Amino acid sequence: MRPCTSRVIRAEALLKLLDELLPAAVRPDPHQRLRMAYARKAGETDLEVLYYLSLGKGRPDLLLRVAPEQNALPSVANRFPALSWYEREMHDLFGIEFTGHPELHPLILHEGVTTSRPPLLGQAGAPIHYRTSPPTVPTMHATEIQRLPFGPVRADVVESAQFLFYYIGEGILHFHQRLFYKHRGMEQRFEGVSPMAGVILAERVSGTDSVGHALAFCQACELALGLLPPPRALGFRIILAELERLTNHLHYFSELARMTTLRVAAAQGAWLEEQVRQINGALTGSRFLRGILSVGGLRRDLEPSGLAGRLTDLETGISDFLDKLADTRSYLDRLIGTGRLSTDVAMDQGATGPVERASGLDRDLRRDRPYGSYGMLEFKVPRESEGDALARAQIRRAEVTESLALVRESLAHLESGPVITDQPEEGPDPGGEGLGAVEGSRGGLYYAVHFDPDRQCLLRVKIKEPSFSNWRVFPFTVKDTNLMDYAINEASFGLSIAGADR
Amino acid sequence: MTNWAWFGLSQGRLTTGWPEETVGHGQEGVLGMPRLHPERCAPTCRDCISACPSGAITGGLGESVTLDYGRCVVCQRCTEVCPTGAIEKTTDWAFGVRTREALLAGGGGMGSGNAESPPSTHVPRGFRRSLHIRHVDAGSCNGCESELEALLNPFYNLHRLGIFFTASPRSADLLLVTGPVTVAMKEPLLETYRAMPEPRFVMAMGTCATGGGIAGGGYSCHQGLEGILPVDLWLPGCPPNPAALMEALLVLLGRRPERGALPERAG
Repeated sequence: MRPCTSRVIRAEALLKLLDELLPAAVRPDPHQRLRMAYARKAGETDLEVLYYLSLGKGRPDLLLRVAPEQNALPSVANRFPALSWYEREMHDLFGIEFTGHPELHPLILHEGVTTSRPPLLGQAGAPIHYRTSPPTVPTMHATEIQRLPFGPVRADVVESAQFLFYYIGEGILHFHQRLFYKHRGMEQRFEGVSPMAGVILAERVSGTDSVGHALAFCQACELALGLLPPPRALGFRIILAELERLTNHLHYFSELARMTTLRVAAAQGAWLEEQVRQINGALTGSRFLRGILSVGGLRRDLEPSGLAGRLTDLETGISDFLDKLADTRSYLDRLIGTGRLSTDVAMDQGATGPVERASGLDRDLRRDRPYGSYGMLEFKVPRESEGDALARAQIRRAEVTESLALVRESLAHLESGPVITDQPEEGPDPGGEGLGAVEGSRGGLYYAVHFDPDRQCLLRVKIKEPSFSNWRVFPFTVKDTNLMDYAINEASFGLSIAGADR
Repeated sequence: MTNWAWFGLSQGRLTTGWPEETVGHGQEGVLGMPRLHPERCAPTCRDCISACPSGAITGGLGESVTLDYGRCVVCQRCTEVCPTGAIEKTTDWAFGVRTREALLAGGGGMGSGNAESPPSTHVPRGFRRSLHIRHVDAGSCNGCESELEALLNPFYNLHRLGIFFTASPRSADLLLVTGPVTVAMKEPLLETYRAMPEPRFVMAMGTCATGGGIAGGGYSCHQGLEGILPVDLWLPGCPPNPAALMEALLVLLGRRPERGALPERAG
């Protein structure tokens, strides 16, 4: 699978090989990690599980391909906790057993779900049966402990999920999140569709990350098919991706202000976000920047002449707003020390994006695995070490500045010429496979695609979503904190539920 | 130390005068629903039907082509592949309509005309000036939530129209549903509806809720609200923009006329 090297190994060799390739170190290298694992059907009855590894800076990524034996594999979750959810997902959707897994209870399909066959093995479209049942949580006995179930329908206009708090007074003893109420089975939706229809699906996996998803999907298909988009398309792709980051980060600051009860600041943030949405709409015809990306480039050329001016007008307002927030004591008081995530936990549990950079991990796919024309652009990757809500805000603040500069820079160097190609630069990937990696506004976003032998339609698409990674990490920052800080902490993570649930 | 109160006052009024005024809805350049002219179709052409990722277009090969706005995800693919201009890009957004059938366009379906029906008396008079909404996300991509949240920003400032979001279904008049309705969200959705006092209204917002969209079906999703809840107002769009949402809410309240799925917008 491009751009990785592949190795087929036997199930019993898996743990030992992973230990050799990714030795446990005193100071972990953020570029050496097991990133994700997923399963796919390989033939009529066989399954294949793919483990995607980064071996360090300057070394190509590696894909380990393993066939489960008697539908079981040794679990790697004890050694790599970040992989726990991936194994549980494969358990739910493919029915694979992971021996030695510390918590192999339902994740994607809740307790109470019954299926005739695991959904991604069965006939596409056969519905599952859902019976409301309580989640698997530890039992706690003490009259002082209060239990607060919150959701899945929560206050405000928010996404659906359930949160369970066990608390004494203000202190949270245990926190259990039940996501995946919104699981739509999006990965199965890609089966059998054309690359173009795939882009339209990818844009709708996580609506506020439409560009990130579509871009990762397009890059994966382009690697599989041997396509290289023309320079003008690559320039526009950076503009679109950075506009999306800008929109989402402004939304994030508005939310942080709202959670710290700064009504005027929240309104100002929302007003700035609205202005970028309107700029997005005028540029592409979509406030979510949809309908432009295509495998091989862009669906149509864009007219960017008004963009630079409108962004310049906005820039002063944005930096003034962020300065004012940083000069508000009641806001800083609520952020400092809230939801602290240590470097070790961030690394072990697989934090990504601004969340990991705020906890001291220096990683950004735009710089480390440059795609499109990011390799030709100068930009800073901010890093903080405190790991609290303020550090996460500071990372995003720095990224707002960088995004604006990247848009300006890309606009200035836009080349003329076509925006799409269907002529392969090189032969297609022998297996018809590709892996697209994008640093979305919420973190590392991967699409792995497997084409049919004729390279016409997709057989399997795996989405590694940054919010899936960061939701896994989030509870570690909730335990032993207090209820009053919870909403601020959640806002400081900047999570999407649609993306995580897919 | 920032004085936010002073800052807020110094910003002046940011809110648009729309919809009372005819300009300033903020959606300049935003592409809307495609418009179908079935009389221009080439007889053997099925290009738009095979390009549509959500099965919104049916017919062809002799039969007249029908476009179901309730299933249209506004991806614009049909307008790109159509060889005869029978289906064209527009900047017109869909309006809220009262019946699912009114979302069908072309091929003799309803809703293709722009005839205005008189303002509805569906919502009792006492509710028209004030409406409280309970929103339930039944599996959306978060695009619809993003646009709903935008209604509260200073530009749209939904509150000036007397329309509010409420946390408790007990104090809600309208259940506003987004998403195709996942199997896991069906029961919480119905429970929310049951907790609402009568008279209560239901609005399906976004193409997932009106017809399943690209996510509907499969092992984990229903096809939107049809057959799950009695819907009073259908508003397709992927997602519907905030101005379209405001317009639809006013249609529900009988403060704007119902005009069919895709009227030409004035101004």
